[in-house]
Amino acid sequence: MDSVYQALVDIVGQEHVSNRQEELFIYSYDLGTTEPHRPDYAVIPRTTEEIQEIVKLANKEKVPVVPLGGGLSLAGLAVPFRGGIALDLKRMDSILEVNEKARYAVVECGVSQGQLTSYLERNFPHLTHSEPGAPPTATIAGNVAIHGQGDLAQPYGFNSDMVNGLEIVLPTGEVCKFGSCSIGSGWYTQHPLPDVGLFLGWSGTTGIITKVSIRLFPSKKIRGVGQFVVEDEELVPEIMYKLTHTQMTEDVIAFSQAIPPFASGLQHFTINIVADSEKELEFKHEIVWDDTLGEYIRSGAGGFLGFRSGLQRPQVSKTSDWRKGGGFEYVGAIMPVETYPECYRRGRDISERHDIPYTVLGRCIGAAHAMMFSWTYAFNRADPETIRQAREALHETDDLALELHGTIWKPGLYGQKLVMERLDPNTLNLMKKIKQMLDPNGIMNPGNWEVS
Amino acid sequence: MYELKFNEDECLSCTTQDCLTRCQYMDIDRDTAKAEILKIAHGEDSFVLHDCVTCYACEEYCPVNNHPFYLIVEKQEELDVPPLPRPLIRRGIQTGIPFRGEPDIEEINGQALDMGVFSDLMYLIQGRLFEGLPVISQDPRKMFHYFCQLMYLHYGRTSVIKERLPGIIQTIAKHNVTEVICFHDECYGTYTSYCPAVGIDVPFKAVHLFEFLYNRLNELKDDINPINLKVAYQRPCSSRLSSDKHHFVRGIFELIGAENVEREYVDENALCCGGTIQGQRREGSRKRAADVQKRNIEDMKNAGAEVCVFNCPACYTTLGSMVAKNGIRPVFMSDLCRLAIGEKPAGWR
Repeated sequence: MDSVYQALVDIVGQEHVSNRQEELFIYSYDLGTTEPHRPDYAVIPRTTEEIQEIVKLANKEKVPVVPLGGGLSLAGLAVPFRGGIALDLKRMDSILEVNEKARYAVVECGVSQGQLTSYLERNFPHLTHSEPGAPPTATIAGNVAIHGQGDLAQPYGFNSDMVNGLEIVLPTGEVCKFGSCSIGSGWYTQHPLPDVGLFLGWSGTTGIITKVSIRLFPSKKIRGVGQFVVEDEELVPEIMYKLTHTQMTEDVIAFSQAIPPFASGLQHFTINIVADSEKELEFKHEIVWDDTLGEYIRSGAGGFLGFRSGLQRPQVSKTSDWRKGGGFEYVGAIMPVETYPECYRRGRDISERHDIPYTVLGRCIGAAHAMMFSWTYAFNRADPETIRQAREALHETDDLALELHGTIWKPGLYGQKLVMERLDPNTLNLMKKIKQMLDPNGIMNPGNWEVS
Repeated sequence: MYELKFNEDECLSCTTQDCLTRCQYMDIDRDTAKAEILKIAHGEDSFVLHDCVTCYACEEYCPVNNHPFYLIVEKQEELDVPPLPRPLIRRGIQTGIPFRGEPDIEEINGQALDMGVFSDLMYLIQGRLFEGLPVISQDPRKMFHYFCQLMYLHYGRTSVIKERLPGIIQTIAKHNVTEVICFHDECYGTYTSYCPAVGIDVPFKAVHLFEFLYNRLNELKDDINPINLKVAYQRPCSSRLSSDKHHFVRGIFELIGAENVEREYVDENALCCGGTIQGQRREGSRKRAADVQKRNIEDMKNAGAEVCVFNCPACYTTLGSMVAKNGIRPVFMSDLCRLAIGEKPAGWR
């Protein structure tokens, strides 16, 4: 009998651990273009204490641990490159607290976006969280761990900016809390204690998030989306600037794509507007469509496509439909908004060179402080040649994002390497020291953010 | 190339100038109307070209069927007076491009229902009314091969219609259909009004959906239970191209026991849903559309309508939720008919 397997069974019970090849297969793949690597074990713990025990075991046996929530990063961040334990956190799915007045929710690490959305709609309809464009099985914790953004990114920033507190199992097995919860004062703020934020953006290489306190925001009675379209991509940055000046929008996205044909060569905006009454809504309509965008309509440079009440959440990409076989991966990068035209044009070039219908999108973060710009490449999962094409296009795009002074978001191994080549040497050295201090045996998601 | 059959002499001898004097969106007296329509006919600029909301109604108002609306949109293109901003026009033109392969041609050898570009509304043609009726354009991936293109009147782009429409007609004809029941007014108007007006041959007989429903209801007369609902009909722009079929609305309501409520904005005075108006280039278009919609819905409410009946999916998309918010149920005509014969309509909410 495999002693590690038996030890894992002792921790979580037989039904929550597997070393069967057909089940390990599931954890070997990402939905993107990353080459698969099979773990040796898949474990689905239920408690923080079980995670502590698993981590201690992994240290003792020098076995890698790869935590995953929904496993939907697409960038291969939860692919077990060196085998070991795939730590599936989906059973830790309790919503522990919703503080209505202070507007936050404390959730376990396996709580999904869809679960929280549905829970709030049923129990706290006047509260909402920033839901990303991922499928609803993506987790809250996984998303903040990769600095995700959602449909409240325009007014409130990254989802990781909305973290009020964290509970972490360190790579050596200790449990730490951060934020006001660490002094027993509730989970209402991350600040103002000494900053030890070492766990977001590290792709699970410095610890395992077990609990998150996430900020909630007012959910107005009327939530809807309006559309606006321009031909000239050069207009996109100034329109985003003007829209954010109104402080009346919840989500501002510009996109362009080759398929369906209606969107080809045009820049479409989707603009979320919310209100508690028709009076408030009309006021916002006037400010946004008539006063702010009216000049483009009158000059013929921009067109209003209407406003529809009701938000379809999440707005999941349909790009996987563009090629038989249903695969896609994207490079997302945090870019200055002013680079939108160049991002669009160069992205089209890359797509065309690789014979892939182009799909690009820029989501405004904050008051146009930045945007998440994504270049998406579709491929046929059953056709290695199209996967190779897409992978090449993705790598070229990683290079492009940095060339245009962007910062690659949730980079895969190739992108991490590019980023580390450019990182300030002292910063890189600090990352190395932090990693060595927190994870002396190098068990946490090895391959990712490895400073040589 | 196809040319619009427009006779300037008809306008010169016209004593009413109804085309423009009856326009619900412009205030024009008879003398001005005559002067402006002649300017347009001569290829000169006119405020009408700039202010037209493209509601199609003047096609119906013209007492001699001289196609004033087709003339206006042709001249909008010719004189580069686009009614919509350029990106909307480009978007609209690109929308009609088929991109998911060629259609599967099945020979019908008789009558068939053509869904046109509304293949995703197949749920509206269920039940005994449509039993046994072959349907073409069932596949949403291929529906743009059946797109009648007349929408581009709203875009002031008749050149696109003339370029694409003969190919669309050929595709339909390949099914070897003798009678094409058009799911949408717009297709019917295309084949019976626009094509003859510009000289495009149509090798099949087009049948209006309301005429078909009326005849089917008569066949199923014994199964009808009066619905006893007060209904308002949202007349779509393209029905102005087939005003000779408009009487079937009342005919159907009588058959199914629906009370056609007394309204101000009814029949020839019907108001546009506002879908096109809101996107227009003119100053204040969004508010203008909102005002039209408000007046329209208030009129339905004041008339005591319980149900708003649609035939046009675009009108439904634009106005459906608005009428629902005002306590009036939005429903397609086919669904209302199904309700009368004891079936559960697909879209009845």
